[in-house]
Amino acid sequence: MTDLVERDVAAVTPSPSPSTAPKSRLRSEAFARRLRARHAAERRFRLAGAAAVALAALILVLLLGSIVAKGASAFLEARIRLEVTLDPAEVADRNYTALLRRALYAQFPQVTDRAGRRVLNDLLSSGAPYEIEAMVAKTPALAGTTQTIWVRADDQIDQLVKGAYRRDLPESERGISDAKVAAADALLASAALAQGFNTTLFTAGDSREPEQAGIGGAIVGSLLTLLVTMALSVPTGIAAAVYLEEFAPKNRWTDLIEVNINNLAAVPSIIFGLLGLAVFLGFFGMPRSAPLVGGLVMALMTLPVIIIASRVALKAVPPSVREAALGIGASPLQTVLHHVLPLALPGILTGTIIGMARALGETAPLLMIGMVAFVVDIPHGLTDSATVLPVQIYMWADSPERAFTERTSAAILILLGVLILLNGAAVILRKVFERRW
Amino acid sequence: MQLTLLALVLALLTMIGFLVGRSRAAASVGGRVAELHSVPSYHGVYVALWAGLPALLLFVVWTASEGWLALQLVLSALPDRLTTGDGQSVSLLKADILNLARGIATGREADPLVVEAARRYAALRDLAGWSLLAVGASIAVAGLAWGSRRIGPDLRARPAVERVVRVALVVCSLVAILTTVGIVLSLLFEALRFFSVVSPLDFLFGTHWSPQMAMRADQVGSSGSFGAIPLFAGTLLITVIAMAVAVPVGLMAAIYMSEYAGRGMRTWLKPALEILAGIPTVVYGFFAALTMAPVVRSVGEALGLDVSSESALAAGIVMGVMIIPFVSSLSDDVINAVPQSLRDGSYGLGATKSETIRQVVLPAALPGIVAAVMLAVSRAIGETMIVTMASGLTANLTANPLQAVTTVTTQIATLLVGDQEFDSPKTLSAFGLGLVLFLVTLCLNMVALRVVRTYREKYD
Repeated sequence: MTDLVERDVAAVTPSPSPSTAPKSRLRSEAFARRLRARHAAERRFRLAGAAAVALAALILVLLLGSIVAKGASAFLEARIRLEVTLDPAEVADRNYTALLRRALYAQFPQVTDRAGRRVLNDLLSSGAPYEIEAMVAKTPALAGTTQTIWVRADDQIDQLVKGAYRRDLPESERGISDAKVAAADALLASAALAQGFNTTLFTAGDSREPEQAGIGGAIVGSLLTLLVTMALSVPTGIAAAVYLEEFAPKNRWTDLIEVNINNLAAVPSIIFGLLGLAVFLGFFGMPRSAPLVGGLVMALMTLPVIIIASRVALKAVPPSVREAALGIGASPLQTVLHHVLPLALPGILTGTIIGMARALGETAPLLMIGMVAFVVDIPHGLTDSATVLPVQIYMWADSPERAFTERTSAAILILLGVLILLNGAAVILRKVFERRW
Repeated sequence: MQLTLLALVLALLTMIGFLVGRSRAAASVGGRVAELHSVPSYHGVYVALWAGLPALLLFVVWTASEGWLALQLVLSALPDRLTTGDGQSVSLLKADILNLARGIATGREADPLVVEAARRYAALRDLAGWSLLAVGASIAVAGLAWGSRRIGPDLRARPAVERVVRVALVVCSLVAILTTVGIVLSLLFEALRFFSVVSPLDFLFGTHWSPQMAMRADQVGSSGSFGAIPLFAGTLLITVIAMAVAVPVGLMAAIYMSEYAGRGMRTWLKPALEILAGIPTVVYGFFAALTMAPVVRSVGEALGLDVSSESALAAGIVMGVMIIPFVSSLSDDVINAVPQSLRDGSYGLGATKSETIRQVVLPAALPGIVAAVMLAVSRAIGETMIVTMASGLTANLTANPLQAVTTVTTQIATLLVGDQEFDSPKTLSAFGLGLVLFLVTLCLNMVALRVVRTYREKYD
């Protein structure tokens, strides 16, 4: 393209040709100047286009980069090593806090005053006694022995180890006290404070304490919600598409349905939340915060997406297939079910996956039906209180603790990972099964 | 529990119905299947439908009415002094009964009569569950027997089954219509309740928004004020900023991809833009609140400007980024729909590529591009999470993009999150806002979709 332009310019640039030739208007100096200006405009325009694409790509990289930078560290958590003597009397009393503290004080024999010990107490997560309790409940024979145990550290210590606090700032601006920093440094020096893979993040439910909060509950909630959505919207959507594309007569009524579906696909998602609130919660009295209601709302929302995608896929099947089936005596329904639908299935599946990915990332309608509740337990059924991954991200994003920002970014990374997998599956499906007729 | 059992029983009976129907059909002609009107498996489905469908319909009607009926029975047995009263005390009584029956403590000492009623309610529900199981199972068995008795060489099983399937298909396609009707009715109904308290004129043209209502009538400042102009202005401001980002970038990206980029480049660029479109809005909200807002603020302060930490600019820019792929993919379709002959004609006259694009392709594609921008605007207006997370909550009537503004969707989200009584004007006002939002986006979409449609036909 570019060399072509240069050749054009060379061809019309006045050359020192014999002056006997009649002077063409195309060989004038003014024309060459105009042409150069036009080609410069061409280059500018092209550059602007490339710049627009580059800008979009840059923003994508920036967005992902900033989230990875904030969230990568959340996959590790700080743990403190303690030599805990599981005194049978204390175990019987379930006084694990005392056991832990005694073990911790033993590591700092020089600290004896109350203020100093309070600092030490704050090094451990408030959930640490439950870790010991769970361990003893699993193997009761441990009572009476001394065990080396790694327990979860408090979120401030966790953030300190990860370098989130600036040590060069004065104490009042740093956000963590000098005493805690000194204690943590002492533990680090004796290798009693280290980072390990953060399993809590994946298994735990929500918590007010960042180090005990996880997305386990939200993932289960998302799965339950998506299950309801899929069970309702996929069969309904495919059936509706089959009717509209294969059987419906072309009249005003089907025109209305078609216009209506296209509009429904563009209705803001929050309106579906209002519908869910007024109809499912207000009129039918279904429970708040339940995956059942969330799934219903999402199903209504993804239905138009699935119908539109399925209709496109059905339309792509050539009429000769239908004519052949009808010609050997199949009924119209048999034609569709035995021949057209199987051929359209890859396209339908691609549309369905994209619809489900959209439902998985949707937040706003679920806020309306109360899925924004603080749910500690992992939900077990369709009517239990639950929250979903995007809503969990929304709630954590509001929390002031530094450690929650990190967990929010990690949750976003996990959500994006799942979405990329889903969309990648859709792309591969399209590539593998794409058929040109 | 009983419901699960019923579902299992029904599934089992339907399966048995299929097998019975199929084998009876084959047996009725002594194995010479060609003498049947329909293939044996259609006879199987025929019997299965008789076994499953009536019981399923009963199940739907029953579960829809059962709880209400049981509650009415229990309430009618209670003395009048409890059940008469204003609507609020009765609904409280109902809630108490339901909670006690589920074993949830109500938090206050319950009237022994209410406890008794709750016990009765739970017992009734239990009884109803078992009787549903019994009735449903017997209807299914009866249907199975009836269906299988009719099996014979002359039974037209396939047309019968196909009729049922076609009805099912029509019903499925009506769900979309029902959804729209449901949206319109629920918004209209709740909004009318709101407009019976607040005049629609005050709502649409008032310039002061503070929906806080006092709990008691004698409290100071008891009446909230519901002038929605600041919300409309805020929405407009953020939308304009978003469009200022999305339209030039999206359009230029679309032109570059459809006219300049080679095949190899396009196969990479398109999916990259699709990733941008696939990112959940809550992620954009997080990015706007935690990355973009501080950047905008520090840049503004470096320039000596007073920037709010929840500026409209940050939310608008990020929303624009979200919409870029939307604009670009729609414009890409439109630009590709312009016939090659127009381009060729322009090149033949000696125009350069950019001249062709600017003077021939874009004017030809203009209606479609306008429609794409309208769809993008409708999307920006309806977007909730970015503005909820990154823009303010206080309703400022300002055109300054550096200040915090609030939007219609933000207010809907914040008014309805958390436990609130359903009847207060404060909650109902969210439905008034929802109605306005729905109507505006509907108009934009309708016009845009119609333009796209006629435009496609023009060049086909």
